[in-house]
Amino acid sequence: MSISSEDARHVAGLARLELTDKELRAYTEQLNQILNYARELEKLHTDNIEPTYSSLNTGTLLREDKVCNFTDQAGLLENGPEVAGSSFVVPRIL
Amino acid sequence: MTEYEAVIGLEIHTHLKTKSKMFCACSTEFGRPPNSNICPVCTGQPGALPVLNKEAVNLAIRCGLALNCTINKKSVFARKNYFYPDLPKGYQISQFDLPVASRGFVDIAPADGAEKRIGITRAHLEEDAGKLVHQGAEGIEGATSSYVDLNRSSVPLLEIVSEPDLRSAAEAKAYLEKIKSILQYAGISDANMEEGKLRCDANVSIRPAGAAEFGVKTEIKNMNSFRAVERAIKIEIERQKQALAAGRQIIQETRSYDEAAGQTVSMRSKEESHDYRYFPEPDLLPLLISEDWLKQAQKELPELAEQRIKRYQEEYGISAYDARVLTLDKATADFFDTAARLYAGDKKNIVNWLTTDVLGYLKNEDLELSQTKLRPANLVEMLGLIDNKTISGKIAKELIGQMLKTGESAKKLVEQSGLRQITDEAELQKIIQEILNANPRQLEQYRAGKTALKGYFVGETMKRTKGRASPPAVNQILDKLLSG
Repeated sequence: MSISSEDARHVAGLARLELTDKELRAYTEQLNQILNYARELEKLHTDNIEPTYSSLNTGTLLREDKVCNFTDQAGLLENGPEVAGSSFVVPRIL
Repeated sequence: MTEYEAVIGLEIHTHLKTKSKMFCACSTEFGRPPNSNICPVCTGQPGALPVLNKEAVNLAIRCGLALNCTINKKSVFARKNYFYPDLPKGYQISQFDLPVASRGFVDIAPADGAEKRIGITRAHLEEDAGKLVHQGAEGIEGATSSYVDLNRSSVPLLEIVSEPDLRSAAEAKAYLEKIKSILQYAGISDANMEEGKLRCDANVSIRPAGAAEFGVKTEIKNMNSFRAVERAIKIEIERQKQALAAGRQIIQETRSYDEAAGQTVSMRSKEESHDYRYFPEPDLLPLLISEDWLKQAQKELPELAEQRIKRYQEEYGISAYDARVLTLDKATADFFDTAARLYAGDKKNIVNWLTTDVLGYLKNEDLELSQTKLRPANLVEMLGLIDNKTISGKIAKELIGQMLKTGESAKKLVEQSGLRQITDEAELQKIIQEILNANPRQLEQYRAGKTALKGYFVGETMKRTKGRASPPAVNQILDKLLSG
């Protein structure tokens, strides 16, 4: 299986990326190269090997369930392109 | 005509009862002003990193155990990628191929059939999204803009997925109620649908009865109460039957339940369907759950409704039916337990008052027990007043209404309103004699053999004493005076 330029366009759409025809050609090519390399990896025998999700084996760190409220909500709101009261405002969705 | 059977599976999302959010220390408190519980992590600021809440994992383990699941010693978080304004990171941290709990079951007792075992496919941890408040229209349709409140963003959720084992809307409702009961009794979640702490989507398909293959399914969303779940599923099953009967095909799609219109409506989705491109969350290592942790969680698993029903029958001799009524709502069962500890008399007295007067009042007023001012100690005090004959059961029936409304102590109410029972024999005898004197005709008829008139004299006595006369004393005195 290889990736067509349609597949690449679809994936770009999901990521909200607008690509020119030239970029689309380049990325289609690169995605196929990545897929081909994955095909190389598939030749390895991994039957009895547990999938590796991380190279560390400590497990994720956990925090105690304690509330410590952040104090600069106003600073976070400033990052929004539009704000009304203490709400972020987004344009029409549908 | 082909007979069809429905095949239903539920996805239940429940908020976990933690103080802080899933991946940051912001409060999970409900009802605060917009964006007061936010920080760089739950608003998706670049570079902010998630750190997992231990209690969220603990509650997920507890839920897995209560649902008879296997708890996976190693589970993995994954990114579910999609764009929506309530999702600041552009992905939801969830679990995909390795959830925290898998393969369990619960037994349900639906209203329309026998007890049945429903499989649980999995339960996985994930974070909630923010809340959108649409402007310029009732809902998203026609809105000119939307306000984004991220207080709910990253509040811990557990998604519980059932096997497609449910065959009717009534079974789906019974299953949902069972899950809610487990969540509340085990202290996992408030499981309150009104506050959105319990949400439910249904996968519904139909197939010719007895067929092995599944039909094409639709996913029903936007069901905001237990009744809505039952009705929406019923309506969707009917819609699918009619479509097939008319020779149309069922399209796999998401449909929204419109309660006012009593129908399910196809949802326009701008998102490419279910192309979430899951991949392991690189910001979190796998979640490892030790044998010790598991043992601890097992030990801490609270008493569930089933166990309480059994205990009430064994310890207090309460009927199976009453025990079930008492445990339908955890708050009622907790109320009963406290009252039973405080009350020295027969615990069945508590049951009688709770299941008739108190639950009747709640039903009439459409209230929860916790919304009233009645406390176990007050009820027990009132029972004591009945037991020592200070008040009659009839007076108590009036009192309990006031106690529910005002939270006033029974003793105080009795003193204030002079409802104390008249048990003094001389006083009663005087009153009754006056009544007999005032009704010579009835007295004559009684003595001529019309003994049913005794009820008339009892009624007159009660009227005169405003219900305060002790009924056994009245009976005794009447018998004496009537026989003249």
